[in-house]
Amino acid sequence: MSNIHIIQPGFFSTIQDLGRNQFTHFGVPVSGAMDSFSATQANLLLNNDRNDAVLEITMTGPILQFESETQICICGAEFEMLLDDKAIVNGKAYVVSRNSKLVFKSIKKGFRAYLAVQNGFKIPVVLGSRSQYQGITEQTRLQKGDVLNIETVSTTSGNAGARIKIENEQLWETEIPVFKGPEFVKLSLEQQNLILNTKFSLMPEGNRMAIPLREPFSNELQGIITGPVLPGTVQLTPSGSLIVLMRDCQVTGGYPRILQILEKGLCKIAQKKPGEFITFKMVEYDPH
Amino acid sequence: MNLKPQIIRYGERAILLQWDFKITSENLHFILSFKKYLDDFYIKRNIYINNTYNSLLVFYRSSIDCIYDDLSYLKTLDFSTIKPLRNSGNSYHIPVCYDLEFGLDLEFLATQKSLEVNEIINLHTAADYTLYFMGFLPGFLYLGGMPETLAYPRKIHPRKSILKGAVGIAENQTGIYPTSSPAGWQIIGNSPVNLFDKNKTKPSPFEAGDRIKFYEITSKEHQLITNDIAQGTFQLKPETDV
Repeated sequence: MSNIHIIQPGFFSTIQDLGRNQFTHFGVPVSGAMDSFSATQANLLLNNDRNDAVLEITMTGPILQFESETQICICGAEFEMLLDDKAIVNGKAYVVSRNSKLVFKSIKKGFRAYLAVQNGFKIPVVLGSRSQYQGITEQTRLQKGDVLNIETVSTTSGNAGARIKIENEQLWETEIPVFKGPEFVKLSLEQQNLILNTKFSLMPEGNRMAIPLREPFSNELQGIITGPVLPGTVQLTPSGSLIVLMRDCQVTGGYPRILQILEKGLCKIAQKKPGEFITFKMVEYDPH
Repeated sequence: MNLKPQIIRYGERAILLQWDFKITSENLHFILSFKKYLDDFYIKRNIYINNTYNSLLVFYRSSIDCIYDDLSYLKTLDFSTIKPLRNSGNSYHIPVCYDLEFGLDLEFLATQKSLEVNEIINLHTAADYTLYFMGFLPGFLYLGGMPETLAYPRKIHPRKSILKGAVGIAENQTGIYPTSSPAGWQIIGNSPVNLFDKNKTKPSPFEAGDRIKFYEITSKEHQLITNDIAQGTFQLKPETDV
């Protein structure tokens, strides 16, 4: 084992894998990388398992020092980044040498970046996952002075220099594909049209649990008997606004579930800054 | 009563079955029986099935599984042939201290209900509760079966924080906060019992369908049980002879 020292944690950085699905019946949230697509991409470029733990970096990035050699790859939001004072880019595997320093500077596009290291960050697995969540994992986010375990690896065994051209559509695309939610049909036809023809903007209160949308959407529906909800469920609140449930959401809820965002759409929202606009686009599934 | 649920595709990786049921333990029993039937149907498949009051959520680990086929299959199924399980669930007795230091809203509730505090405690401990499901927080029990006389809405202004173990009332449900948390429920007591242990493969001792009764303990007993739990000498066991 070797260590990575956290010199600066950044605004909000957490360790995430693809989450813990198998404990939702105990009321445990799924969690996992907000933009699962970018997290997986970073892992695959290092020949990692797609579920290996990565560092999710939100809005402002960390400063990290590596105790030993490894390989890294960054995907998702585009930051200005320096590895030992040399500029590096997303979507490429880099060899990091002993005592290397990785500095994230200003963010250029998107909202969340994913840093993968060879074989993943080795924080303890709790209930089948390393995704940090309050009350489940010991720590809930990176702090200054933290030390993260990684495996000591031979950097020749990895994928050094591997690179892919990344479409990264989730960084700039604002059209969010959705299915009907369970209560969609209870909306009036007028409202069903309205929700698909309104530009909604993300409010700054948004976090890993939920992102409220600013534009009001009048609510004439009753609450529902508390029922299952999922990451990507769009709820309509009694005060007449929409909330997008994200990865750390509760497993049940009592507000009408109007839309269900597709995985790709959830990744797109994860890359939007507060204030940015999105629109919902209904997709039909193949009912063959 | 219509046994056939609404069967809805819920996103890429889930099917929702939702019954137009009243919240009763018989209906829960039917839903759990059907869950068992599905568990057998899905055997060896990468699937999780969760229940709530009137729903089952079938969640697929992977979006490339045969969700379309399953959806058509479920829609053609004759639900009246589902055999109810016999006697599912365990019985547990859970200690609760109703002293006013814990029962923050007991006096308020007593005034609202024109009851004595003692009568509220007696009603709350006399009832047989059914665990419908866990949600809201890891290990939070949604318990039905509370007497209508105790039903009361959530607080208009939720508390910023309450103690781990707080026992609350919301409408006709009662529940226990497994951790310190912001809380909108009316708080009437506190249980020293651990409801969630993240280090166990089965992090909660309970399952949907379990039957639960509360018994009153003093503040001193609450402290003793808390100590026993810290020492690992307190075991919440199912009551086989109940």
